Amino acid sequence: MAIPAHASTGERIWYYTFRVICGCIFFFLIAPIIVVIPLSFNAVPFFTFTEEMLSFDPAGYSIKWYQDFFTNRNWQGAVSNSFVIAIFATLISTTLGTIAALGLSRSEMPAKTLIMGVLISPMIVPVIIAAAGMFFFYSDIGLASTHFGVILAHAALGTPFVVITVTATLVGFDQSLIRAAATLGASPTVTFFKVIVPLITPGVISGALFAFVTSFDEVVVVQFVGSYQQRTIPWAMFSGLREQISPTILAVATLLVALSIIMLTTVELLRRRSDRIRGLS
Amino acid sequence: MSTQLPTSNQNEAGEMVTTDGVPLRISLARARRRNRNRALLLVLPLFLFILVTFFIPITTMLFRSVENQLVGEMLHRTLPLLQQWDQNGGQLPGEEVYAALAEDFKEARENNTAGSVGRRLNYEESGFSSLFRVTNRRINKIEPPYQEAFIKINKDWGKLDTWRVLKRESRAYTPSYYLAAMDFGYSPAGSIQRNDDNNRIYLQLFGRTLWMSLLITVLCLVLAYPIAFLMSTLPVKSSNLLMILVLLPFWTSLLVRTSAWIALLQKEGVINDLLVWSGLIGDASRLTMIHNATGTIIAMTHVLLPFMVLPLYSVMKTIPPSYLRAARSLGASPTTAFIRVYMPNTVSGIGAGAILVFIISIGYYITPALVGGQSGTLISNFIAYHLSSSLNWGLAAALGTILLVAVFVLYIVYDKLVGVNNMKMG
Repeated sequence: MAIPAHASTGERIWYYTFRVICGCIFFFLIAPIIVVIPLSFNAVPFFTFTEEMLSFDPAGYSIKWYQDFFTNRNWQGAVSNSFVIAIFATLISTTLGTIAALGLSRSEMPAKTLIMGVLISPMIVPVIIAAAGMFFFYSDIGLASTHFGVILAHAALGTPFVVITVTATLVGFDQSLIRAAATLGASPTVTFFKVIVPLITPGVISGALFAFVTSFDEVVVVQFVGSYQQRTIPWAMFSGLREQISPTILAVATLLVALSIIMLTTVELLRRRSDRIRGLS
Repeated sequence: MSTQLPTSNQNEAGEMVTTDGVPLRISLARARRRNRNRALLLVLPLFLFILVTFFIPITTMLFRSVENQLVGEMLHRTLPLLQQWDQNGGQLPGEEVYAALAEDFKEARENNTAGSVGRRLNYEESGFSSLFRVTNRRINKIEPPYQEAFIKINKDWGKLDTWRVLKRESRAYTPSYYLAAMDFGYSPAGSIQRNDDNNRIYLQLFGRTLWMSLLITVLCLVLAYPIAFLMSTLPVKSSNLLMILVLLPFWTSLLVRTSAWIALLQKEGVINDLLVWSGLIGDASRLTMIHNATGTIIAMTHVLLPFMVLPLYSVMKTIPPSYLRAARSLGASPTTAFIRVYMPNTVSGIGAGAILVFIISIGYYITPALVGGQSGTLISNFIAYHLSSSLNWGLAAALGTILLVAVFVLYIVYDKLVGVNNMKMG
C-alpha cells in the first residue's frame, strides 16, 4: 500500500499516523516476549532491569539462573516429565486423530456435524471443567496421579487440533488418486502408505506439533489429574509464580521462547510444502 | 422379430445389472453402505477414546450438581419415618424418629460418614456441620428416651427448622446447588428466596466474567483490526514478516507470556521503573497494575489478540482493493468508503474472531489465577476454588454446568457463522 503521488497532506499525515499506530500494536504483541530474554540474565533476583544492566556493566549480568535450572532436581524432573507426557500424548492423539480425519473427509460419512462436534469438544469446553471431570473420573478408576492418566488426558485435549489440521489438508485431496492407485493394482495398504501418507504428512506433522504444544503448555488438567510426581514445566512455573518468584522462571521462559521459534518455523515450512505439493500456491 | 430379449446388462424387469447378475441399484447401495461403514470404522477409535477419556468424565461430573444421595444414605432409617411427619404442625417428630436417628448415627460413626453429611447440610443451613460433629462424638453414650437425649447433646435437635431441612434434603436429587449458584437459597420454612446482600456473589461474578470477556473482546478487535488491515494491504513478503510478530506470541507458552506480564506490570516491575525514571510518577505513587482486574484485562488481551488477528486477516486478504478505489471514484470520501464499503465486507471475520475470543475468555483460568488478585478473578477461578479448597463439589459442578451451557450456545453460533471445519490455525 504505497502512498500515491496525488495524496493530499491530510492523507499523508493519516498514512504515517496509521503506520505508527500499527507499530505500537506490534510492539505490544512482541515486547513482553522479548523483554524476558535480557531479564533472565539478571545478576540479582529481581524481575526488573537494574542500574548495572542498563549501563551494560558485565557485573549486572549472570547465567546463574540457567545454572540453577540445569542443576535443580525440581526443574529437571519437570523437564523430563513434560517431554515424556507430551511425546506419548502426541503419539496417541496423532494416530487416532489422523485415522479419524481420513474417515471424516469421506463424502459418505454420516452425521458429520454431530461427530465433529464431539471430537472437537475438548477444544471448546473450558479447561477447568475438563480438569474437574477428569479429576473425579480418573480417581475412581485409579488413573489419578499416574503418568498414564495424565497422558490420556492430554491426548484427549490434543486430538481436536490433529483432526482439524489433517481434515484441512484433505480438503484439497483428490479422491480419484485412491481409485487410480486401485486400478493400477495397489492394495488398500499400499495405497495408504504410498499415496495417502505422503500427501497428508505435512498436515499430520503440524497437527502433531499442535498436539505437542497443547500438552507441553498444559497446566490445569495436569494439576488436577496428576500429583507432584507428574509435575511438568508449566506446573513448576505456575507454582513458582504463585509462591517464591525466582528469575529461574524467566530463564525457563527464555528457553521456551527459543523452542516456540523452532516450532513456528517448522509449521511455517510445512505449510508452504503442503501448499506446494497440492498445487495451491 | 421385435420381441426384446434381455441384453447382457439388463434383467427381465429391465433393470441394469452388473456382470454377476445383481441389479445395479442394489449393488450400488451395497457399495455405498460399505463405504459408509468404512468411514465410520475409521472415526470409531477416536470417538470411543474421546467418549471415555473426556465426555463421560465431564458428564458424570456435571451430574454432581444435582446429586444428593449422601444424606439419604447416612440417614436411611430416619428419613423414611420423617416423611410422615407434618412439618407445619408445630410438633417435633416422634420418639421413633429419634430412635432411628440414633441407629443411623451409630452406623455412621463406624463408617466415618457423619462429617461429610454434616458438611453437605451446612451448605443448606450453617450450623449443621458442628451439630453433626458434636452428635457423632457423643452418640455411643446415648440412651433412651432418645428425643430428650438428642436435645441434651445439642438443642438444635429440638428445633423444627432442623427437621424441615432434613426432610427437604432427603430427596435423591436437589436443585439447591443451582439455587446457590444463582444466589438463591431456602428460607428455614422451606421457601425459595434470594440471599441477603452479603451472600450474593455469584450473579455478580457471572456479570463480571461476561463484562470482562466483552471488554477483552472489544480491545482485541480494536487492536487487531488495524494490523490485520495493514498486513492485508502490504506485499506478501512484508506481510509474512509481520505475521511472525503475531504468530510468535501465539506459539509461545502461556506461562511465559503471563510471567512476562508479571515482570512488566508489578510494582517493582519494568513499566513502573520506567515511569519513575522518566519522572512521570513519583517513587511513592507507583501504579498498581497487577493482581487486579487491570492486570487480567491487559494480559488476557495480549494472550488472545492472535485469535482475533488471524480470522480478520484471512477475510481481509480476500477483499479486492479495487472495491475501495471504486467507492472513491464514485465520490465517497476515504472515511465513507472505508465504513460503507470495506467494513461490511469484514463482518464475517469480525464475528468469527469476536466469538472465538469471547468463548476462550469466559472460560479462562490460568492468567486470572496468576495476575487477577481479588477483583480480576473469573468464574473458572471460583470453580477451581470450590473443587480444591472449599470442597463444595456440587456447587463447583453447578457453576461449571452454567458456564458450559453458555459456551455451548456460543459454539453453536460460531458453527453457524464460520463452520468448525473452516477454523484456521497457525
